[in-house]
Amino acid sequence: MSQLSIQGVSRTFTSEKGKSTQALLPVDFDVKENDFVTILGPSGCGKSTMLRIVAGLDHPTSGRVLLDGRPVEGPGADRGMVFQSYTLFPWLTIEQNIRFGLRERGMPESQQKERAQYFIAKVGLRGFEQHFPKQLSGGMQQRTAIARALANDPKILLMDEPFGALDNQTRVLMQELLLGIWEAERKTVMFVTHDIDEAIFMANRVAVFSARPGRIKSEIAVNLPHPRHYTIKTSPEFMDLKARLTEEIRAESMAAEAH
Amino acid sequence: MNQAMSVTPPLGAQEAAPRRRRALAPLEPVSARARVALGVGFFVMFFAVWAFFTLGGFVSPTFLASPITMAREGWLLFTEFGFLHDIGMTVWRVLGGFILAAIVAVPLGVAMGAHKGVEAFLEPFVSFCRYLPASAFIPLLILWAGLGEVQKLLVIFIGSVFQIVLMVAVTVGNARKDLVEAAYTLGAKPSGIVRRVLIPGAAPDIAEILRLVLGWAWTYVIVAELIGSSSGIGHMITDSQALLNTGQIIFGIIIIGLIGLVSDSFFKYINRRMFAWSALR
Repeated sequence: MSQLSIQGVSRTFTSEKGKSTQALLPVDFDVKENDFVTILGPSGCGKSTMLRIVAGLDHPTSGRVLLDGRPVEGPGADRGMVFQSYTLFPWLTIEQNIRFGLRERGMPESQQKERAQYFIAKVGLRGFEQHFPKQLSGGMQQRTAIARALANDPKILLMDEPFGALDNQTRVLMQELLLGIWEAERKTVMFVTHDIDEAIFMANRVAVFSARPGRIKSEIAVNLPHPRHYTIKTSPEFMDLKARLTEEIRAESMAAEAH
Repeated sequence: MNQAMSVTPPLGAQEAAPRRRRALAPLEPVSARARVALGVGFFVMFFAVWAFFTLGGFVSPTFLASPITMAREGWLLFTEFGFLHDIGMTVWRVLGGFILAAIVAVPLGVAMGAHKGVEAFLEPFVSFCRYLPASAFIPLLILWAGLGEVQKLLVIFIGSVFQIVLMVAVTVGNARKDLVEAAYTLGAKPSGIVRRVLIPGAAPDIAEILRLVLGWAWTYVIVAELIGSSSGIGHMITDSQALLNTGQIIFGIIIIGLIGLVSDSFFKYINRRMFAWSALR
């Protein structure tokens, strides 16, 4: 049974002058428990809008989102999110940032600390607990953001181009780190990206978005074995998938540019 | 790539450029020592020019006392006229009125910044009040509250409260939207957003606003003391005016400046200690 079910969700933005833009055509999409799905599409195609609707940060114009059969009505701790921008609270230390959600739900402090320690170790930030976010590199800040989201033990992890602002080398290392965590912890993950390599490397399934107004154009299963090593990116299977997705995305990027 | 590298001059060449030309370039930082020397330099120059015109006999001592007369009069103020009591009264009025204003204004500003309905309700009125000059209220306040301390405190209060409300509201309202959204996805409720995101995020700026407004409160207190007062620095200044004692007037003004400078530095120091994170780049 699918854990997350997106049913006929569309989104139309209306400007103050009354002009409306359709960002998202009605989308139907299901995600199974412990699945890792990437949403691939050109920029401005509405893929982030869909993710924000799942997070409860935006409302669909039509349709609904079900999580474990219950409709989503607003943001909540059961859907953790990692954003593209650096969203750590700058006045809190790394450890306090990771404890934010735990404190909010009233967990005893000793338990909060224990849990924070576990995830700090998991993302390799031992020794940086008492640093402030601005004292850390972009990659370390995003690792903290991942730890913060995971520490809350959400049912599903939503990631909105979380490595988009990082340099290429860091980005690749972060992909491996996240995949390693997923292989060990098995979480349901929905990961938005415009990077084809990233979409294939991370996912069990890639959903390709069309240019705006967005809709899911095709879905491609990625049957590469786990655990995945970065060398898999040069394997013939990977290359095949990449060639297919490149064709799919190219048409959409051209359509997006033509607007 | 390699070719392009060789075209750019080595770092040493830039270092060798004349130091003076570099110092005159816009936005070029100055060393800590040069900064202190320049700052003190202006004070020295100021006193030198003042001494030159007064001691040199270019202006009548009735209108402008020399630095030496000023210092002597200042000494007399402390030893003969109980000036410390005046200073104490003025400081207490400023702090009293300012703290009252802050206690009322900061929560109101936070509420306005956080809740758009509250803002729509209060903002037009507060904006209107902000332009009412506090000094113009003095005659009215004397009618209402007499010549006592309440009237003095009210002048400071009226002068500060609306300014603080509006500036705090703007600061809180400009909170980073993405941090608010992140907090929501971590399970925060609306009250948690205000307490754990909006307030801590705005706190350093709120502290800066208070520092700024405290400076303004100092100008209001002197105006309040110029009219119908029996103690305080402002009262001493009006008394001295009646006696044509310009030395005392100037000394009083300098004391106000000094207290302002000290309290401002103290405030700055506290803010830097409390909000070390906000100075990080």
